[in-house]
Formats: sequence, C-alpha cells, structure tokens
Amino acid sequence: MRERMILDKTAVPRLAPHMRLRFDHARAVWAVQAPERAFLLDEAAHAILSRCDGKTAIAAVIDDLCRHFADAPPDVIEKDVLALLQDFADKGVVAA
Amino acid sequence: MMPEPPLALLAELTHRCPLQCPYCSNPVDLERAKGEMTTPQWLRAIAEAAELGCMQIHFSGGEPTVRRDLEELVAGAAAAGLYTNLITSGVLLDGARIHALRNAGLEHVQLSFQDSTAEIGDRIGGYAGGHAKKLTAAALVREAGLPLTANFVVHRQNAHHLDAMIAMAVTMGAQRVEIANVQYYGWALKNRAALMPSRAQLAAMVALVEDLRERLNGVIVIDFVTPDYYARRPKACMGGWGRRFLNISPSGDVLPCHAAQSITGMAFDNVRQRPLRDIWQSSDAFQAFRGTGWMPEPCRSCDRKEVDWGGCRCQAFAITGDAAQADPACALSEHHDLLVSTAEHEAEAATSSFVYRRYGNAH
Repeated sequence: MRERMILDKTAVPRLAPHMRLRFDHARAVWAVQAPERAFLLDEAAHAILSRCDGKTAIAAVIDDLCRHFADAPPDVIEKDVLALLQDFADKGVVAA
Repeated sequence: MMPEPPLALLAELTHRCPLQCPYCSNPVDLERAKGEMTTPQWLRAIAEAAELGCMQIHFSGGEPTVRRDLEELVAGAAAAGLYTNLITSGVLLDGARIHALRNAGLEHVQLSFQDSTAEIGDRIGGYAGGHAKKLTAAALVREAGLPLTANFVVHRQNAHHLDAMIAMAVTMGAQRVEIANVQYYGWALKNRAALMPSRAQLAAMVALVEDLRERLNGVIVIDFVTPDYYARRPKACMGGWGRRFLNISPSGDVLPCHAAQSITGMAFDNVRQRPLRDIWQSSDAFQAFRGTGWMPEPCRSCDRKEVDWGGCRCQAFAITGDAAQADPACALSEHHDLLVSTAEHEAEAATSSFVYRRYGNAH
C-alpha cells in the first residue's frame, strides 16, 4: 500500500508518472493532465511546477522563485510553494 | 456569445458489451454493430475534437475493447495531443492487448467493478466469472505501468460493501477510486425499485467516505457521486449542458451527455454530416439548455443558477416530462416531494431482480 508523502524543503519533487504538463492553445493556459481531470494552472502554479524537474530540491526552487519574483516576500513564497506542492502530492500530481 | 471549448470527449465506440449491468448508462435503444462508425470516421471525429479544444478523450462503450481498431484510435488521439483514457469492464483484456494499447499511447485505465465480491458482482453484471477476470485485468494494467482508477457503482444491493470496495481499490494499486451512486435514467430507471438505497444506507456511505478520505489522504483519491434523489440541491450535471463535455454515440450522433437521447423529441446532429465545431457551437441540441437563458423559475432567480446550471435535464424529463423544468432533485422544485417519496417508497421494495441490459430487453 502507498503511504502519504509529506514534502519538506529537502524533497526533490517531479511530476508524477503519467502527468502531462502542456500549454493548451485553445485556452491559452498551462495545464496538467491527470487521470480523469485537468488542472488549469495560473502563473504562480506554473512557475512552481515547471521547476519541479526531479533534480532540484524544494529549497532551491524557492530560492529561484525569490530571485524571479523579487517583489514578493520570501516567507510568503516559501509558504505558498510548500502548500501548493503538498496539495499536488496529495492529488497524485507530484512525486518525490 | 461563442461558447467555451469543451474539455473532454466521451467516445462511445460501440454499444456491444459482454456485461448486462441493470444500471447501464447507455440508452435503452442500443445501437447495433452495423451502424457503428468506421475507423476513418472515428479518427476524423477525434481529430476534430482535438482541433475544437478537447484536452481529454475517454474511450467508452459498451465495451470499447470489442473494437479491434481501438489501438489505432488511441494512437490517433495521442497524435492529436489528447490525454487518452480507457473506460472498460476489463473482461476482454489480456496482457498482449494492454501492452498494445499502452504502446499506442494509452495513458490511463478506468476499470469497472460491480461489487467487492464475485458472488454479487457476477450477478449484477450478468456475467459468470467476470469479477475474477476484472481482478486479473487490474493486475495487468498495473504491471504495464499504467495508472488505474477503480470504479464501483453502488446501490441498495451492494452499499454495505463500500468499505471492502475501497480497500480492494487500494490493494490493487489504484491511484483513484470512483464510488458512483446509480443515476436513474434509461436502464437504471427500469430497475430503480431494485437499486434505490435507503436514507440510512446513504448516511452510512457518506460518513464512511468522509472518514476514509481523511485516513487515505495521499494514498488514494476517493471520488463520490451522491444519489441525488435524497439531495437538497441538484448536481451540476456534466458541469452544465454544453459547457464542458460532448459525447459521440457509436453511429456518430453528438450528444451533450450520454443520456441525452432519453429526452424524446430532441434531435441530434451527426458528426458524419456536420463539422463537430459547428455542432458544439450552434446546433439546436447544444444550444437548447446552454447557459441560463432557457431557465424558468425557480432557477431563473436562483443565486445558484451558475453553480448547478439547473441540474440534470434528463432527470427533469424523466420525472416531469419536461426537460426544461428544474431538476426535481432540487428542494425548490415543485416535483421534489414526489422524488423523495418515490425514493423512500422504492428503497423499501422487496424486489431484487433486474431487467438486464441487453438488446432484447428494451421494451
């Protein structure tokens, strides 16, 4: 039986097998295709998920996002990244 | 105003099926093999759906694996950029077929079960040995590395096995389990008195699902479709008529939902005769109940009209004879009390025998 995966900053996330991240031209949005559902991503969610390459730890993803979105407070970015990735892990979209 | 593009296409490749489930979502007037679209006709329809903006395709039936060209259709859908899902009973699958489908680009399998036990499952499916074949199919799907959803349709005769069903889905390695209460139109309407759960059964199911969702968070996703005869507010059927989904029947009729043909008198365009984009955007059937302009009271002034979109048109038609009425599942409908008393009465019915879904049993 699978167990729930709890993500912390040392985890190295990637898109779970069979999840597909693609740009949907009909709607002009990024989307993750999952079994029986599609998640349409806003800019922040796409910025986070597109950095989950199976090589980069969450801490480094957060650092990179802080450089990229210099206007946003780092503690807010950290909180948002961990919350979003845990939610996607619970939905089976993200693995580590 | 131009409607938004559809998210998903339900491709009902055939109405042929070795099983005879008495709640089948296919129409009572099943289409015959000789009327089914050919491989090139399906490939063209699939390409049109992708071009229109569909992101996903669900290959369904009937039993879609009776079509020997399924691999070719999956490959066509994958080439068009669609996410491909196979909705199957699993009884015709073997290892070679699963691998061929995966190699063609199949990305997900949804496997139906009729119960957690072979005894009840085989009786409901009307197919001896089916349950065991399904368990074998589940193992083959997982061995092939494909993600799996287990689907259980629940009703009065198997609701007490809900705990075992979900445990079974976890054990077989499913990432997702769908617990769907029977929706009553077509075949299920014929069998309603043998299927309707009691209020007590429903309460037990809801409590169990809430508990298991918490305990199995991150282990398996549990989707639960409630029986809306006991609801206070209707479900947003199909996410709203002509908003998210389209369905193509074996012969190419394009439907806003798989049960739409139960609304007698409604005419549907065929994808062999008219471009799919045109049908989606401007055909009479899709325009009939799209948006909110068609709504009478109590929907018209309701603050939930863009939440539930008036509920289910087929259920409104089945109960009131008028598809433009509010769904009687809504407590604001003047027909709601009738719906509830019907459910309570039929839940007490002594019958457990079925009118099985097969070509000779339509009328």
